[in-house]
Amino acid sequence: NQQNHSTLTIKHHLMCVCCLRQFDAEYRRFALKRNGPGGFKEFYRLLQTIHHIPGVDVLLGYADVHGDLLPINNDENYHKAIASANPLLRIIITKREDEPIIFGTNSLQRRRKGLGLTSLRATGSGSTHSKGRSGLMIGPPKNFRQISSIIDVDILPETHRRVRLHKHGTQKPLGFYIRDGVSVRVTPQGVEKVPGVFISRLVRGGLAESTGLLGVNDEILEVNGIDVAGKSLDQVTDMMVANSHNLIVTVKPANQRNNVTHRRSKTSVGNSGSLGSVGSTGSAVSHDSQSPASLSNPITASNSIAEGDSDDGGDDDDEGDLILENDCLTPYDSHRVTNSTTMPDRDSLSNGPHSYTVGRPLPQSVSLPSNVGASLRDSAMMISSHNGNSTHTTSSSEESMREDSNVTAL
Amino acid sequence: MKIGNFRKSVIMSHLLSHPNLLLVVPVRILSIIKFPNFLSLSATRVTVLLLLKSCDLLCVGTEGGGVYFLEVPSLSLKDNQTLLQDQITHSLPDDYRCGKSLGPVEALQEHPQQSGKILIGYSRGLVVLWDLSIRHAEQLFLGKQQLESLVWERSGNLFVCSHNDGGYSVWAVTSGNTCNHQPVSSTIPYGPFPCKAISKILWRTTQAGSPVLLYSGGMPRASYGDRHCLTIQQDKDHVTLDFTSRVIDFFTVHSVEQEREFDEPSALVVLLEEELVVIDLQTPGWPSMPTPYLAPLHSSAITCSCHISSVPPKLWERLVNAGKAQQSRQHTHRSWPICGGKNLAPPPKQQELLLTGHEDGTVRFWDASGVALTPLYKLSTANVFHTDCDPSDDPQDPSNDPDMQQEEEEWPPFRKVGCFDPYSDDPRLGIQKISLCKYSNKLVVAGTAGQVIVLGLSDERSDHFVDVSVVDLLYDREGFTWKGHDRLEPRSKPAPFPPGFQPLVVVQCLPPASVTAVALHAEWNLIAFGTSHGFGLFDYHRRNAVLARCTLHPNDSLAMEGPLSRVKSLKKSLRQSFRRIRKSRVSGKKRTITTPTSKVQEANAALAEQEEVAPVQRRIEPRSADDSLSGVVRCVCFADTFLRDGTHHGPTLWAGTNSGSVYAYALEVPGVGSGRVCERGGASESSVCVEAVLGKEIQLMHRAPVVSICVLDGRGKPLPDPYEASQDLAIAPDMTNAHSVLIASEEQLKVFSLPKVSAKTKFKLTAHEGCRVRKVAMVVFSSTAQEDYSEHTLVCLTNLGDMHLFSIPALRPQVRYDCIRKEDISGIASCVFTRNGQGFYLISPSEYERFSLSAKVLTEPLCFVQLDRPLEPTPTSDGTTVQPQANGTHKNQMGQAEGQTEEPPSCLSSPILDTPLDSPLSCADLTLDSTAELTVEDVRDFLTSVDEAENNLKNIKEEEGRSTGILIN
Repeated sequence: NQQNHSTLTIKHHLMCVCCLRQFDAEYRRFALKRNGPGGFKEFYRLLQTIHHIPGVDVLLGYADVHGDLLPINNDENYHKAIASANPLLRIIITKREDEPIIFGTNSLQRRRKGLGLTSLRATGSGSTHSKGRSGLMIGPPKNFRQISSIIDVDILPETHRRVRLHKHGTQKPLGFYIRDGVSVRVTPQGVEKVPGVFISRLVRGGLAESTGLLGVNDEILEVNGIDVAGKSLDQVTDMMVANSHNLIVTVKPANQRNNVTHRRSKTSVGNSGSLGSVGSTGSAVSHDSQSPASLSNPITASNSIAEGDSDDGGDDDDEGDLILENDCLTPYDSHRVTNSTTMPDRDSLSNGPHSYTVGRPLPQSVSLPSNVGASLRDSAMMISSHNGNSTHTTSSSEESMREDSNVTAL
Repeated sequence: MKIGNFRKSVIMSHLLSHPNLLLVVPVRILSIIKFPNFLSLSATRVTVLLLLKSCDLLCVGTEGGGVYFLEVPSLSLKDNQTLLQDQITHSLPDDYRCGKSLGPVEALQEHPQQSGKILIGYSRGLVVLWDLSIRHAEQLFLGKQQLESLVWERSGNLFVCSHNDGGYSVWAVTSGNTCNHQPVSSTIPYGPFPCKAISKILWRTTQAGSPVLLYSGGMPRASYGDRHCLTIQQDKDHVTLDFTSRVIDFFTVHSVEQEREFDEPSALVVLLEEELVVIDLQTPGWPSMPTPYLAPLHSSAITCSCHISSVPPKLWERLVNAGKAQQSRQHTHRSWPICGGKNLAPPPKQQELLLTGHEDGTVRFWDASGVALTPLYKLSTANVFHTDCDPSDDPQDPSNDPDMQQEEEEWPPFRKVGCFDPYSDDPRLGIQKISLCKYSNKLVVAGTAGQVIVLGLSDERSDHFVDVSVVDLLYDREGFTWKGHDRLEPRSKPAPFPPGFQPLVVVQCLPPASVTAVALHAEWNLIAFGTSHGFGLFDYHRRNAVLARCTLHPNDSLAMEGPLSRVKSLKKSLRQSFRRIRKSRVSGKKRTITTPTSKVQEANAALAEQEEVAPVQRRIEPRSADDSLSGVVRCVCFADTFLRDGTHHGPTLWAGTNSGSVYAYALEVPGVGSGRVCERGGASESSVCVEAVLGKEIQLMHRAPVVSICVLDGRGKPLPDPYEASQDLAIAPDMTNAHSVLIASEEQLKVFSLPKVSAKTKFKLTAHEGCRVRKVAMVVFSSTAQEDYSEHTLVCLTNLGDMHLFSIPALRPQVRYDCIRKEDISGIASCVFTRNGQGFYLISPSEYERFSLSAKVLTEPLCFVQLDRPLEPTPTSDGTTVQPQANGTHKNQMGQAEGQTEEPPSCLSSPILDTPLDSPLSCADLTLDSTAELTVEDVRDFLTSVDEAENNLKNIKEEEGRSTGILIN
């Protein structure tokens, strides 16, 4: 009853996403009846008129009670957004940049995914500390891919952090250095000094630095699940380089203040169903968007296939060694052998590409959002965890796309 | 076994100089000298040792000038016997004493006739004849020149001492005269200009007349002060042996029986820093003798090595004969004068060859069948090319060297002796890769300047012209300029080639970068070779290049710059100036033995420094595509396998590069059909050429250098060598089931199925262990228990020096041994495996360590040394010393490794032993660890895209149609 009569104050700003160097904002504050526009479409049109941007394709997001940025793209979450206003509701409108035509065909689902991504960016750029960073590049949604994640929060001790860095596809250097050092361990016999390996330097603009999950003087405990105790610096270097496409390092951060506490992670991991939980929303986004993404991506991916350059291979998991077959290599002297043995030749050849697509396992890099929402306060972390979810879909979609393209190649 | 480390301690070499004293003795004494109570007795350093002939007393001279006496064999100090310097000084005349110390004890010599008397020489020049029994200085010889060494004449009437100023003096020992002031004679042989010290002198009497005088050093300081010389003088005969490394010690082999009147030296044995040289003193002209063992491996630096197992007897015999012909030209025929014990090892079951390639362009063939590496034959490739030497001169024969003849006329009369020569005439001649086909006697030798020489074995001397074929690996690349060394000039006229391996054809790669990989398939008459720019295929039968493929990344301009290492001027004068620089004016004084305490201090200092220095950092970056040297071809191999399709096999060529690329070519070899080797000959054969068609290109995702490629047959066994299958020398490969290819990169081992390249198994070694693959070999391990059972295993040496053994094709880890120290980079780089589980690596530039991973195949020194003196207090049976291991520096690791291999290897006889993962015998199941690794490869056909696949289909249909059409017609 009271809700019916209260009005909402809506603040929003408009951002140009397509050109990231420009950042111009426009704020509108207006009142809205709780039961005002009946559904999402009406609300959408209302915003367009208020901002005088009829016809401009935009994405909507709102800040919920937890300070998370959540999408508004259908009636359901629109109502949820309205309900969460107390009484202020912050709406963030993002101009969708020009998409390839193929994305337009399935605008609803596309928007959902895109929103997830853009909202992330909005949070990041809105926070004061990232504003100060001049060199931060903000890419269009389709360019987002997972670059890092915190994993295994529930099984690791609080003082440790397991970070996965996804090198694939990015042109950024991995960007860190390691060194020898002395680590202090507390043992039943007392304090013991043991040799250890530490991060000594982060390269500016590198992947490691941009994740914010690794820091100088963090002690490296494991590399892709293998304990580095007793290994030399060179050995650890080689192990990391060998795993560089998908590096999982377990570190003991030098700065223990930003640690993920167990209790917190437990609740969010459990996906308790709390409305505003980033975890639940995030996972929903990633699962939903998987299929459309796989449809929407073939253009980019097939481009890279056509180019056949080595960078494309970089997108892949380590498993994907590149095999180039020479088409001028005719099956073995079929002109010489005149008997019926040419039959199997043809069979095997035509079967070849088929079988490539068969039985491809799910990529190992499926990262379930166990870490999601691990630390809501730490915005950087939140970015990464968000990123994790949404871009995971990108990578998996590319893989499924590749199968598609192979099939079409037949 | 020890093959050639001559850098022994001085003490040991002193003892060696004692006639008939056996190596067993110094070893014992060296170990006992470390007793702390001995060290504490004398804070001063030991300078000289003398063991009396009676073998019951050891005299120890020290730097402080004291002489101590130890009872042998208990090595207890005879306290009351100790002779300190002041006991001598008080009996000296005042004018000689003049308040100065006598200096360290430089020499101790026992009287040759009267036991119990020793001659003590002090550094200042004083020589004392000391009677041990009455502890009294019988005679004093007041030498004025700084003393270096002493030697008795056989009769005991004379002794000779050598001096610091390059002179020697002869003193007469006449009884009754207690104080001698002047020597009988004093000579500076290479005077009158200042000379270097004569560090040791020997005086040997002969029946024929004048004594033989042998001494080291004494050269004129200004002009020849840098030479390592030893002079032999008898009457008018005077030879200055000119060695390439420092003379450590020398002795003569002569008669020691007391009743003989003369020494009659028969041989001179010179221990040099790098080799052992024996001179025949009975043959006029004093020629050198070939050493049956202890031949210096590194006479020129070893650049590569290659092992050949079970050499056919025919080839062996021809090699031995060729080697004999070579030796007879340079050496005397007298028998080896040293008896070094008896070899108890059974005759080898098979003949094994170790081929070493050297920096000077030679390839040496060693008999590696037993413990000692014996030189068999030496092949020089320098005469294939036009080098700085006179083209007509045979570089193998030093007597032809014009330089030598020139030197013959100068004074002193130098003669070059020994084969250690670290200075290559031309570094481009250096051998980089060797491949030998033991059935066809074809040898391929590839060198630093892109030369690939195909040689055939011939028993006759031949003068012929050698064809040179040029293969330009960059023919399709524009804009690259090679800034490295030039190619070697081929000879313009026919050259003489001695019996042995004679060159058939030379393939010259352009640009002339060092050859990095070579493969020979004698059955197909093909050689493949790779450099840092690409690889090529050459048909040496028809003398034409089949293929040249550039592997350079288009951006990789750095690879064109040439070798980063030296590109030196090659003039001989320069070489000689190097020689001069190398030798410091300080002729190796003996006083630089590091004591254990100083080592500790050094280590502490190093530790202290370490903490101050900023820690080492390592950058973590994935390998990028355009790393420099990405185009370096790391391996090439031939295989008869299925590349085109699953039913027809044929010759293939594989090449792997530094950036993880693998190229597979299908070859059309005339006469070699799909799976059957046709009879050679016939008119058609010569007209048809070998063709190569690119079949597959594999880019390993991790881009690590490809170390090795090996094709496995249907049973998962490596394919046999050429001729082995066709001549029934090996089990024929399984051609009915699908083949696979094992690609070993520095980071991973991977098995791909053929013809469709998809990954079957893999092992990510680097990701698991943090080590990188350095060497890989396919090895057959035979069971000790079951005569006919053997397994093929992949042996993998890593950059940490450990050996990992993997089953194939499952790539299941079997065992791991520590083998080489990880700091020993050259050791790891030099490692070569034999077929049956042994291996060699260089533990120093001059020594190979031989190891065995197999319990079945062991090569151990089984020998004994007969002692005819009551030296040993502990009765070691009947004086038989069996040394199961005589290894040097790596005792710990090697001992460990061998200790483990003593047990039957778990992979063969007993499945319960410590295999890390699971039973290796169940190779078929892939349920454990590697399944986690086992994933289906993402295979992408870049060329076979939509249209091409359709085209292929269409082509096949068309051909099918055609062939049926032909049939109908």
